[in-house]
Amino acid sequence: MKALVCVKRVIDYNVKPRVKADGSGVDLANVKMSMNPFDEIAIEEAIRLKEKGVVTEIVAVSVGVAKSQETLRTALAMGADRAVLVLCEDEVEPLAVAKIIAGLANEEAPGLIITGKQAIDDDSNQVGQMVAALLGRPQGTFANEISVEGDAIVVKREIDGGLQTVRLALPAVVTTDLRLNEPRYASLPNIMKAKSKPLANKTPADYGVDVAPRLKTIKVIEPPVRSAGIKVADVDALVAKLKEMGVA
Amino acid sequence: MSKVLVLVEHDNASVKDATLAAVTAASQLGEVTALVAGASCDAAAQAAAQIAGVAKVLKADDAAYANALAENVAPLVAGLMADYDAFVAPATTTGKNIAPRVAALLDVMQVSEILSVEGPKTFTRPIYAGNAIATVESSDAKLVITVRGTAFAKAEATGGSASVEDVTATADSGLSTFVSAEIAKSERPELTSAKIIVSGGRALKDAATFEAIITPLADKLGAGIGASRAAVDAGFVPNDYQVGQTGKIVAPEVYIAVGISGAIQHLAGMKDSKTIIAINKDDDAPIFQVADIGLVGDLFTLVPELTGKL
Repeated sequence: MKALVCVKRVIDYNVKPRVKADGSGVDLANVKMSMNPFDEIAIEEAIRLKEKGVVTEIVAVSVGVAKSQETLRTALAMGADRAVLVLCEDEVEPLAVAKIIAGLANEEAPGLIITGKQAIDDDSNQVGQMVAALLGRPQGTFANEISVEGDAIVVKREIDGGLQTVRLALPAVVTTDLRLNEPRYASLPNIMKAKSKPLANKTPADYGVDVAPRLKTIKVIEPPVRSAGIKVADVDALVAKLKEMGVA
Repeated sequence: MSKVLVLVEHDNASVKDATLAAVTAASQLGEVTALVAGASCDAAAQAAAQIAGVAKVLKADDAAYANALAENVAPLVAGLMADYDAFVAPATTTGKNIAPRVAALLDVMQVSEILSVEGPKTFTRPIYAGNAIATVESSDAKLVITVRGTAFAKAEATGGSASVEDVTATADSGLSTFVSAEIAKSERPELTSAKIIVSGGRALKDAATFEAIITPLADKLGAGIGASRAAVDAGFVPNDYQVGQTGKIVAPEVYIAVGISGAIQHLAGMKDSKTIIAINKDDDAPIFQVADIGLVGDLFTLVPELTGKL
């Protein structure tokens, strides 16, 4: 079965984002960008399924600016077989991304679509669920463990309070949680090899998707800054503070 | 006035706290109808009818809704939305699983984890792990929203007297089935509603040390126990203890961070706590930049000493 894996180019998770002074957004000029960490986990899981002989081909897809090619090359270097870049210079909302992915899925007919549970820039946590809805397929969100059993996939999900296991009819959509796996690093020879793997360029129009935003961003501001705290010298001083607050 | 449908999170018997914050947010948009979808969920529906601010309860009682599978609940909600202007769900794992599926069925963009209602279609929400707050306005005909529980006061769980109306179940999608659940049993206050939280990080060394250092302090304070991602990944505690961008978002009265450096990811989950106390041996740890009270030193001696003196 074919696996379609969605990856997004986002600000590197180690970088502290800076809000632009004019309130129009976050400053991404000259900021280090990387693959969304949850998407690395998605690629890794697809590769592991291929190594088990469950998946035969891995197609990585990204919707975004031309530089998202770098993110796709990383996916190819990790072990994806080919890539599709759906070029879009403006920011694309989850609903439009989901429609593009659904369009691509109708073309490619993957048995499994894997996405990260959320992107660390917009923190929406929507695309996987929306893709599943648009395709009328089941969803295994926040996956902690997956196993393919015949024409179904068993997904252990991280939920508030513990874990839940569900059985989904294939084809299905799975979104990855942090503990699904530990993504591998791409080796230098594989990075070189990835340069010659196929990467197709597409546009939203190829899938008949209108990417006009439904949400208008009015402004983006810094969160309120906490006032400076104090340091206490010893445990007695801390206990005194706790008593003052009525906690102890 | 708009009509708002709120997803009630419940265990078929009682209503979960997160729903109460969602009701508060929904009340700011219009008249609130609560949807209780479950199997033998009459008790939960009765409990939802008591919530102050709820005008009506819709009860969808069917085996198909037993475990809140998104494949079954989302079409039910999407169908009901013909009569409503907005769908509001708590931003719990249940709400986050179902709401985007509803939004896509309705062909609208979801507004995730709102912090405030600024206008009939305008909301604030955190982006970039809470390092920025965006104000967004929806242009969609219908709204689909998830609500960050810590950002809204909880509606009173009693005092309301809504009528309960049965709604017809939609057919089981047949796409997914529930297999099992492993729910961690705990006598402790639930993390997202605890007044005090004691949280441990990687510095706790291993599961036994975590238990030996953190648990007695939490017991003394009647606190919930949390952990950083590092502590969860290292296997000290189960993953539902994780506080952070990708774990639970908490805002207790007092948050005590023990041996936690204060990575962006962790701060996103706790920096709205009223008072933050940090105990860490590294004077330069980022946690001290957000802590109201800091104590620099070795947690292996300081924490037991603190526990002893309380």
